[in-house]
Amino acid sequence: MSKTYHLTMPLSDEDVIQLKAGDIVYLTGTMFTARDAAHKRLVDLIDEGKELPFDLKGSVIYFVGPTPPKPGDPIGSAGPTTSYRMDAYSPLLISKGQKGMIGKGKRNQAVKDACQKYKAIYFGATGGAGALIGKTIKSAEVIAYPELGPEAIRKLGVEDFPVTVINDTYGNDLYDIGRAKFEIKD
Amino acid sequence: MREVEFDDIVKSIKTMIVHTAYNLPKDAMDALNKAYDEEKSPVCKEVLKQILENAEIARTEDRPLCQDTGLAVFFVKVGEDFRVKGGSLRDAINKGTEIGYKEGYLRASTCDCFTRDNLKDKVGYNLPAVIHFDLVEGDKLDIEYAAKGGGSENVSRATVLAPAQGKPGILKFVKEVISNAGPNPCPPIIVGIGIGGTFEKAAISSKHALFREAGTDNENPELDEFEKEILEELNKLGIGAMGMGGTKTVLAVHIERQPCHIASLPVSVNVQCHSSRHSHIVL
Repeated sequence: MSKTYHLTMPLSDEDVIQLKAGDIVYLTGTMFTARDAAHKRLVDLIDEGKELPFDLKGSVIYFVGPTPPKPGDPIGSAGPTTSYRMDAYSPLLISKGQKGMIGKGKRNQAVKDACQKYKAIYFGATGGAGALIGKTIKSAEVIAYPELGPEAIRKLGVEDFPVTVINDTYGNDLYDIGRAKFEIKD
Repeated sequence: MREVEFDDIVKSIKTMIVHTAYNLPKDAMDALNKAYDEEKSPVCKEVLKQILENAEIARTEDRPLCQDTGLAVFFVKVGEDFRVKGGSLRDAINKGTEIGYKEGYLRASTCDCFTRDNLKDKVGYNLPAVIHFDLVEGDKLDIEYAAKGGGSENVSRATVLAPAQGKPGILKFVKEVISNAGPNPCPPIIVGIGIGGTFEKAAISSKHALFREAGTDNENPELDEFEKEILEELNKLGIGAMGMGGTKTVLAVHIERQPCHIASLPVSVNVQCHSSRHSHIVL
């Protein structure tokens, strides 16, 4: 039976090891945005031994490229993008202390293994619910790579950001578990 | 010969772009509400509830339904007795697209294929639009528009089957495409299938099939029956809303078909996410 949790970021090992695939989590605090282009730059910085634009320890990275904010709003619509494009980069970031990823869609085995080995969680947010999710984002500030436009790294202040645990620290995958329950084989 | 001012077309396109980004059309809302009522998985029911709530927020607060406000795709039927005064039709559509995306606070999502640099300053804000022109009889201008997101395009596939594979081969191919796509294209999805023609004609037909209102029957009884058979088969996959496991993976299957070469059976599957943003105007 799935449980509901309210967690504050940055996340600790204790925060993430209690979570199981299928649990619902409301996240509050600071998270960072990055898509493929920004991930590539983060990985390049690590390879070159340089400092990153934010502290990876306990961090949650949201895979999103928001719409421009309307006047007076911190951000526009901001739902998750498809996560597999970050598969090439996530394991290294997890090994350096990242604790959470938020996106939609399947991850590869390397990412799932990293979640187990280094204790990290892949959360799913509802794709195409950009207006709804945008309302839980209370502040947004571009902290790196403004030239990437919607793909720049942003620091977000969020309250009760709704996510579901897809890949937990025990090797479970909600996409496999959920589908197996409802698949009708001929 | 009927003439319409360039600026009037720009204005119509702009209005269409912004309205479509904020308002989920009735056919999509109806299909999602039906899926919500019928879904057996509590997790997917919750996802569908969020999707419906999101549509309500977008509509009442004039916000984009999704941050992926798509590439602008048009199917345009131009009457032979229709003419644009003061510019070209293509320029008017592109200009209306650019203004709509900019002024509607929508995302500029076009980039260079290799450098991946955003083209908003080089080519134009979310330009160029993808426009399929067709020349028809009469003096009207008929414009169908969809904001097409990237996630569902990424899982779309085309192939050319051997004629002997027939309908069972088509069903098998479609099922493989949707099964492999899993949670990625933001289900519950609408599946457009183009059958026949040539390789590219099948692909374009599969896109155009997505413009039909969900929940309507195919005018051809044979295709209507095939659509329902495919729909039932696809919903056995158990993928469910956002892939969390459920009974409502596909909201509708739409087929467009034309004659093909004696040697070929082209088939294309174009996937539409649940945020099926499309509209239609006749000038």
